[in-house]
Amino acid sequence: MLRDITLGQYYQAESTIHRLDPRTKLIITFVYLISLFIYTNPYVFTLAAAFLILVTLLSKVPFKYILKGLKPIGFLLLFTAVMNIFFTGGEVIFSVWKIEATKEGVQRAVYMSVRLIFLVFGSNIMTLTTTPTRLTNAMESLMKPLSVIKIPVHEIAMMMSIALRFIPILVDEMDKIMKAQLARGADFESGNIIKKTKSLIPVLVPLFISAFRRANDLAMAMEARCYHGGKGRTQMKPLRYAKRDVAAFLVSVVYMMAVIMIGHYTGSVKL
Amino acid sequence: MLFFKKKNKESGIESAPETISAERDKNSETDLSALEKENSSRDPRVPLLVADHLVYEYSRGTNQLVRALDDVSFTIRKGEFIGLIGHTGSGKSTLVQHLNALLSPVSGTVYFNGEDVFEKGYDRKKLRSKVGLVFQYPEHQLFEETVFADVCFGPKNIGMSRKQAELTAYETIKKVGLPDECFYQSPFDLSGGQKRRVAIAGVLAMKPELLVLDEPTAGLDPKGREEILTMIDSLRSDGDMAIVLVSHSMEDVAQYADRIMVIEKGKKLFDGTPHEVFSHIKELDEIGLAAPEMSYVMRDLKKAGIDVNTNILTVSEARDEILRALG
Repeated sequence: MLRDITLGQYYQAESTIHRLDPRTKLIITFVYLISLFIYTNPYVFTLAAAFLILVTLLSKVPFKYILKGLKPIGFLLLFTAVMNIFFTGGEVIFSVWKIEATKEGVQRAVYMSVRLIFLVFGSNIMTLTTTPTRLTNAMESLMKPLSVIKIPVHEIAMMMSIALRFIPILVDEMDKIMKAQLARGADFESGNIIKKTKSLIPVLVPLFISAFRRANDLAMAMEARCYHGGKGRTQMKPLRYAKRDVAAFLVSVVYMMAVIMIGHYTGSVKL
Repeated sequence: MLFFKKKNKESGIESAPETISAERDKNSETDLSALEKENSSRDPRVPLLVADHLVYEYSRGTNQLVRALDDVSFTIRKGEFIGLIGHTGSGKSTLVQHLNALLSPVSGTVYFNGEDVFEKGYDRKKLRSKVGLVFQYPEHQLFEETVFADVCFGPKNIGMSRKQAELTAYETIKKVGLPDECFYQSPFDLSGGQKRRVAIAGVLAMKPELLVLDEPTAGLDPKGREEILTMIDSLRSDGDMAIVLVSHSMEDVAQYADRIMVIEKGKKLFDGTPHEVFSHIKELDEIGLAAPEMSYVMRDLKKAGIDVNTNILTVSEARDEILRALG
């Protein structure tokens, strides 16, 4: 029922991208996101698309699977597109009442949408090829310097990994509770919005109770194993950069340089 | 022989098509010989639910496709008490979710009272009131402020009037053996075993024709287990409700079920009376499902040279048999 949520879900496969150090993936994703925002230019975007396709092919994650993860931003896309089309000044194409659609607006809408899609697509590839644990490990390791200025880096990372770990558990739990209530004749589909909202009470109450119960159990289990924060804690699989990470960094540096070169010579589209 | 006495109650005359008052028609008993009962293929009782070549796959469209059900077919008749056994991950829970159309099979279908439940336009909400499914750890689904209100949830959903729902709820809470003080308590204040009773009552209150219980004794202490099982067993004395008890405990199933189905890796492996199924003690051992303790005791006795029948399932049967062998 709710299994369609891909965000934050790991796709199991054996691939170069999966094996990369999570820090590498995190940094490269960040670089990629920046590359999308330096120039607004069709050539740069083509290059960005090519890079995305290359990475996706290497990752062995089916395109369809990643596209499913784009569904949640559908509304956002539509909203920004419409806003841009109608509220950008310039050459009028047609008008509805007093609101005018402009050529510049359409252009801007297209660029914004493409940018947004690339952005989510790119970060989806990262989360699909990296387990949440490794991802938070990477964040912890990359944010380490911040602990000098008294930011509880380990605690933040631990909270994040717990939160991420619990998403699939709670989704499963919700699925189970919904089924149990369906088996008792509950109806989540029919009726108006008020009735539909009300029909969720039999799901939400048990779900909250179970979330609290699990939190309690987890806290107890952590205490029983003498967890006391990050001090002196070592890892079973410490993160290490390998040759393929160097290669990945090189590729991304080349990509970034190409983006800057192309962007520099062709210039941004004026919006 | 306790076994067969119980079963005779629901035998015979049930071949008439179901009527609304069928529940109260039960007093007229016909006595069928135990022998005939043993053979479920000649069972005269009316088929209630037919599972027809069910196939189900998880994670379709990814590289982790799992075939959870592989061509499973069977018939459940009115008033039958079936034990469904299998390992964790054998597909038991997936199978029972097909019985009330919570999951749709990849191929194959389920007929309830002769109608295809996966056909377009079939009223699945109604089906779910007729095929009551009690999930594993059903107490996790409780949500109302009082026990009484929670049990009323099901009956109200299937369109009973308030008064009717409350009457049914009252009756059901009594039936599952909860004390009167519980009625207006919060279900969350009850003990584990009591919570589970409330949850079972919540399903039972819809007056299902088939009650499916998925591991109803999981996580309970031996006393709580015994109580729940006795309670379930008592349910069939007052109606022709069929019961499917999903379990991985051979003991539980051997003691109460008239028929046992063994599921392994999504396939139906055995289907027959407890004595038939547990005579395959070697195969059961191989897949790691032990037969009831007593069959091992009897086997070892036989090895030790005492001439006993090894096809024994319960402690009382074993006692009788040992006494007989020793003269």
